[in-house]
Amino acid sequence: MEVVLKNLTKEFVDRKGNKTVAVSNFDTVIPSGKLIGLLGPSGCGKSTTLYLIAGLHKASGGQIFFGDTDVTNLAPENRGIGLVFQNYALYPHMTVRQNIMFPLENMKLPRKEILDRTLQMAKLVDIDKYLDRKPKELSGGQQQRVAIARALVKMPKVLLLDEPLSNLDARLRLQTREEIKRIQRETGITTIFVTHDQEEAMSISDEIIVMSAGEMQQKQPPQEVYDDPANLFVAKFLGNPAINIFEGSIRSGVLFLGETKLDNSYEGEDRKVLVGIRPEAFIPDDKGQLEIVIAFIEHIGRDISIIGHAKGLESKTRIIIPAEHKHLQEGDTVRFNYRSKYVFEVDGKRIR
Amino acid sequence: MIEDKRAGWKALIALAPAMAFLLLFMFFPLFNTLIMSFLERFRFKSGGGLFAWNQSFQSIGFGEYLNVLRNPQFLTALKNTFILVIVSVPISVSLSLLVAVALNKIKRLQGLFQTIFFLPYVTNTIALGMVFKVMFSTNNGLINTILKAIGMAPVAWLTDATAAGYWSALAVITIYTVWNGMAFKILVFLSGLQSIDKQYYQAAQLDNASRARVFWRITVPLLSPMIAYVIITSFIGAFKSYTDVIAVFGAGDQVYGPPGSPFMWITVVGFIYKSLKGGLMLPGSLARASAGSVILLIIILFFTVIQLWVSKKKVHY
Repeated sequence: MEVVLKNLTKEFVDRKGNKTVAVSNFDTVIPSGKLIGLLGPSGCGKSTTLYLIAGLHKASGGQIFFGDTDVTNLAPENRGIGLVFQNYALYPHMTVRQNIMFPLENMKLPRKEILDRTLQMAKLVDIDKYLDRKPKELSGGQQQRVAIARALVKMPKVLLLDEPLSNLDARLRLQTREEIKRIQRETGITTIFVTHDQEEAMSISDEIIVMSAGEMQQKQPPQEVYDDPANLFVAKFLGNPAINIFEGSIRSGVLFLGETKLDNSYEGEDRKVLVGIRPEAFIPDDKGQLEIVIAFIEHIGRDISIIGHAKGLESKTRIIIPAEHKHLQEGDTVRFNYRSKYVFEVDGKRIR
Repeated sequence: MIEDKRAGWKALIALAPAMAFLLLFMFFPLFNTLIMSFLERFRFKSGGGLFAWNQSFQSIGFGEYLNVLRNPQFLTALKNTFILVIVSVPISVSLSLLVAVALNKIKRLQGLFQTIFFLPYVTNTIALGMVFKVMFSTNNGLINTILKAIGMAPVAWLTDATAAGYWSALAVITIYTVWNGMAFKILVFLSGLQSIDKQYYQAAQLDNASRARVFWRITVPLLSPMIAYVIITSFIGAFKSYTDVIAVFGAGDQVYGPPGSPFMWITVVGFIYKSLKGGLMLPGSLARASAGSVILLIIILFFTVIQLWVSKKKVHY
């Protein structure tokens, strides 16, 4: 089921009448059968967007379509969605089986079908061994799978997951995100999940929607968002360690970093700009344009992590290069070239 | 663990004043009462001191218990008490639960309604009984005026000494007890409801559960510890009912019924109280009261144990 958001807006008004815009003019199409990650820092409106799609929040403006059906004013229970809450919200007094059965019982299906579908779904999420346990007798990852099973068992048109992995430890997180991807593939249900963890979003999404301050910044497959950020926010938000941002300038169409000339053919009047280079985009190169003094070196196995200072620039530079360059020492001055760079206006707009 | 020992002593010192009062005014009389109930034709003698066994009595045995159990008035009191328990507890608990759920749903004026429902709790029981007596008065009472206005026959609520009067009085006592006792129950339920995570309700809503199913499958189980607590305390309270009857008939501390049948709605506690009226020096009156108290204690204990046993199986903690 395709999900279409048209100018979706949500304002919260507090008791004093102050308005807070949580989601502003969200306009996008989420293709059928895909796994979409809503990524952004906390407070960016991603969870609000999810709750708007679920119907638990009422939109202040704009529309939501499931396929051709306008569901904007439809009650949550009539939208046919499955939602996995951040803390799972499993009914603590019911067994796993009763939890998964609950939505089916509401549909007043025959008893046999209810039991069959419950078992089938439990098998899909690999929880069928624990059907008679209470949620508190399960690990976080198992609880999470029960929550997914409960959301999926009624065959929703859309599956929504709110920070599904945030309550899990690192090892389980890795395992569970693969599970989510597998379950989504097997069922083919359009799935939207919210996360503030870029790695999580990158690793399992078919497409990522990056949000900031209630607005959509970019929507593309993960690698493209990383390789071709739409603006400074996206460039800074994705990547660990974070991208290096240098102050540069354009003079008569030529881009300078400090006094170093990088390249030309830029339009417009002379102005200050920002230049972003990812840590792993640096290549040691004797003919390179950037001269960097190494201040600190860390050998971290596969890579070498360097913190240095580019000549003529104030900000410090983080560089990651393959471990083969182990001869480098702190205090060395090394020339670097770069694979790619992004140039932004001071207000964050990308210059292409 | 030296430190633990010290903490233990400190705790003991802090508890000591309360313990002293409890020993003096609770456990000692309780113990004395138990002894007294087995001392036939017991009475205080001058210079006998505090302890029951230093007083005057005829023999030791179950004689006072047999007297009490053979006493027609005690049997009436027992029947009345059971009827009050069976009628008032289910009504007051279920009504309180419904009101609490409704109160929990409304957002505006919740505080105002909460205050209104809590008013009986902070008002004097006897004063409330007076109000009820006036409202249910046979001539020109508010209730009868309304009944007449809608074309129904007035009822002699609290003034009918016949069998019909028994049930009309029960209606008034029940309404009074339920209304008077609801405040505390609503408060307990409301605090329980507010501690239930809203997400369970959101999840149930998304799963398209009907209101009735949400109530029975989610609210009631998650509230079950509170429900068990309220049911048990209500049972205990109802078995001890006395002021309710006195307040409604409102004609003095020995009037448990309408004119012409002053003991119609006497309760077990009423019977105990009435036995004491004979005077502390009168042989047997204290012993009879003690035996009645012990019988009531055993009845309450029996029902409480059953409820605890049931709640262990049914309550989700």
